[in-house]
Amino acid sequence: MKRRLATTVLHAVLLVIGVATLTPLAWMVSASFMQSGEASTFPPPFLPSSPTLEQYTSLFTRLNLARYLVNSVVVSVAVTLISLVINSMAGFAFAKYRFRGRRGLFNTLIASMVIPAQVTMLPLFLLLNKMGVINTYLGVIIPGMASIFGIFLIRQFAMSIPDSLLEAARMEGAGDFRVYRSVILPLCKPILLTLAIFTFMGTWNDFLWPLIVMTDDSMYTLPVALANMSGEHVQDTELMMAGAVLTVLPVLVLFAALQRYYLSGIMAGSVKE
Amino acid sequence: MNVRALIPPAVLFLAPALTAIGIFFFLPVGAALVLSFTDFDIYALASFDNTRFVGFRNYGQLFQDPLFWIALRNTVYFLVVGGPLSIAVSLGAALLVHSRLARWKPLFRFVYFAPVVTTLVAVAIVWRFIYHPRFGLLNYVLSLAGIEPIDWLGDPSWAMPAIILLAVWKNFGYNMIIFIAGLQNIPDSLYEAASIDGAGGWQQFWRITVPMLAPTTLFITIITMIGYFQLFAEPYVMTQGGPMKSTLSIVLLMYEQGFRWWNMGYAAALAFVLFAFILAGSLLQSRLQRRVGE
Repeated sequence: MKRRLATTVLHAVLLVIGVATLTPLAWMVSASFMQSGEASTFPPPFLPSSPTLEQYTSLFTRLNLARYLVNSVVVSVAVTLISLVINSMAGFAFAKYRFRGRRGLFNTLIASMVIPAQVTMLPLFLLLNKMGVINTYLGVIIPGMASIFGIFLIRQFAMSIPDSLLEAARMEGAGDFRVYRSVILPLCKPILLTLAIFTFMGTWNDFLWPLIVMTDDSMYTLPVALANMSGEHVQDTELMMAGAVLTVLPVLVLFAALQRYYLSGIMAGSVKE
Repeated sequence: MNVRALIPPAVLFLAPALTAIGIFFFLPVGAALVLSFTDFDIYALASFDNTRFVGFRNYGQLFQDPLFWIALRNTVYFLVVGGPLSIAVSLGAALLVHSRLARWKPLFRFVYFAPVVTTLVAVAIVWRFIYHPRFGLLNYVLSLAGIEPIDWLGDPSWAMPAIILLAVWKNFGYNMIIFIAGLQNIPDSLYEAASIDGAGGWQQFWRITVPMLAPTTLFITIITMIGYFQLFAEPYVMTQGGPMKSTLSIVLLMYEQGFRWWNMGYAAALAFVLFAFILAGSLLQSRLQRRVGE
C-alpha cells in the first residue's frame, strides 16, 4: 500500500517536471503555426485557432532563411568532417605510438582545456583578418578543425583496441596509414559517431564566434540570423517562433536518432584520468 | 626516396592536429596576453604601428571601471545562485529517474535532456516571449495562482532570476545524465546492508548516496562553474545586458569592448581576468576533490 502510494507520487512528480520541461518547446511549435498577432492576446492561447504556414513562408520568401540554413549546414558539416579526420589521426597517435614527450604533450593539451575559448577570440579575429577569411565559411571552419576534447575521446577509445590486431595487420604488410584506415577507423566507429554528433551540434548551436566572424548578413548562421531578426521583429512573436523551430529541429531530430552515442560521449568526457 | 619513410609515423599523424591547435589556439592565447598589455584599438586595426605597450594600464583601468564590477557582480550572482540551483535540480531529477520504482525511464530521460541539445539563441528567444509581462505564459500561469504580473526582463531585480530560470531549464539534463551514471555505480549491497541495520530512506540518502556521489558532484561543480562563468547569449538575446546593466556579464562586456568598440587591448585584459577566475575556481575545486578522495 505504502509502495503504491510512493510509486504514484513519484510518477506524478516525474510527469510534472516533464510537462514543465516540454512546455516552452511545445509552445514554440504551437505559436509558429499561429496567425500574426495571435500570440499577443490575453489569455495567451496555447493552440492556434486556425493553423497556418504563413510564418514559415515569410521566413523563406521575405527573410532569406534558406540562405542561413545553407550557411549553418555548410559550416557544421565541414567542421564535423574535417575535425573527425584530424582528431582521429591524433588520437590514434597518442594511443598507439610510443614517442618521446608523448605523456607531457598529452597532459599539456588536457591541462589547456581549462582556458576558455573567449581568451583566444580577439587575436584569432586579427589573425583570420590577416588571412582574409573573415566573413567566409573558413572563418568558422578553421578554428574548429581540431579539438582537444575530440583527440581525448578518440585516444581513450583507441587505447582499448588490442595491439595484437594492429600487429596482425602489419604482418600482412599493412603500412601505418593502412592500419589507421582499415583497422583503427572501423573499430572506432562508435566513438567517431559520438564525436561527430558533438561537433555537429556544437557548431550548429554556436553563437559567439559566428557572431564575431560573420560580419555580413548573407553569411550569418541560423543562431546569428535569429538573434539579429529578433531585434528587428520584436513584435512578430509567431514569426520568431517559426525561426526558432527551424533552428532547433535539426539538432533535436539528430539527438533523437543518435541519443545513445551522444549520451555515451558525456560519460566518456566525464571520466578523466 | 620516399619522404614519408624519413618522418616517424606518429609525427605524421599528429602534425595536422598540433599545427591547427598550435596556430589557432595556443598562438592566440599567447597573443591575447601580449594584447592585454597594449592599447590596441580601432586605429591599430588599420595599422599595427598605432599600437603601444602600456604595461598594466588596461588591468589598472579595469579595476577602476564601474562596469567591470557590475559585470563581475552579475556573473557571480548568476554563478552562485544559478550553479547550485541547477545542480540541485539535476540531482533531484537523477534520483527520480534512477529510482527503482520509476517506469518509462528512457522516455523521461529523453524529455529532461531535450533542452540541452536545443540552440541557446533559439530558446532564449522563446523564453523572452514566455516572460512577456502581458501575454507571456509564465505570468498567465502565475495569475492562476493569484500572483500579480511581473515584468521579468524589464525589472532590474527580476531580470537575472529570469535568466537563471532559463539556464536551469536548459542545462539540468546534462548533469542529470552524469549523476545517473554516478548513482548506477553505487553498489546495491550498501543500501541492503543499511536497510538491515534499520536505516530509513532519508538516512540512506545522507549516509550513502551523498558521500558516494561526492567525486561526481565535484566534477559537475567544476564544469558547471566553467560554463556559467561564460554567460553570454542569454543576456545578449534577451536583455542586451539591461535593464540598468543588471544582466551585463563579463563575456558580454568583453564582446562589447572588443568587437563593438574595438578596444581590443582592454577586452584582452578582461578575457584574462575571466581566465584567472576560472583557473582559480578549478584549482580550488580539484584540491577539494583530492581531499575528499583521501
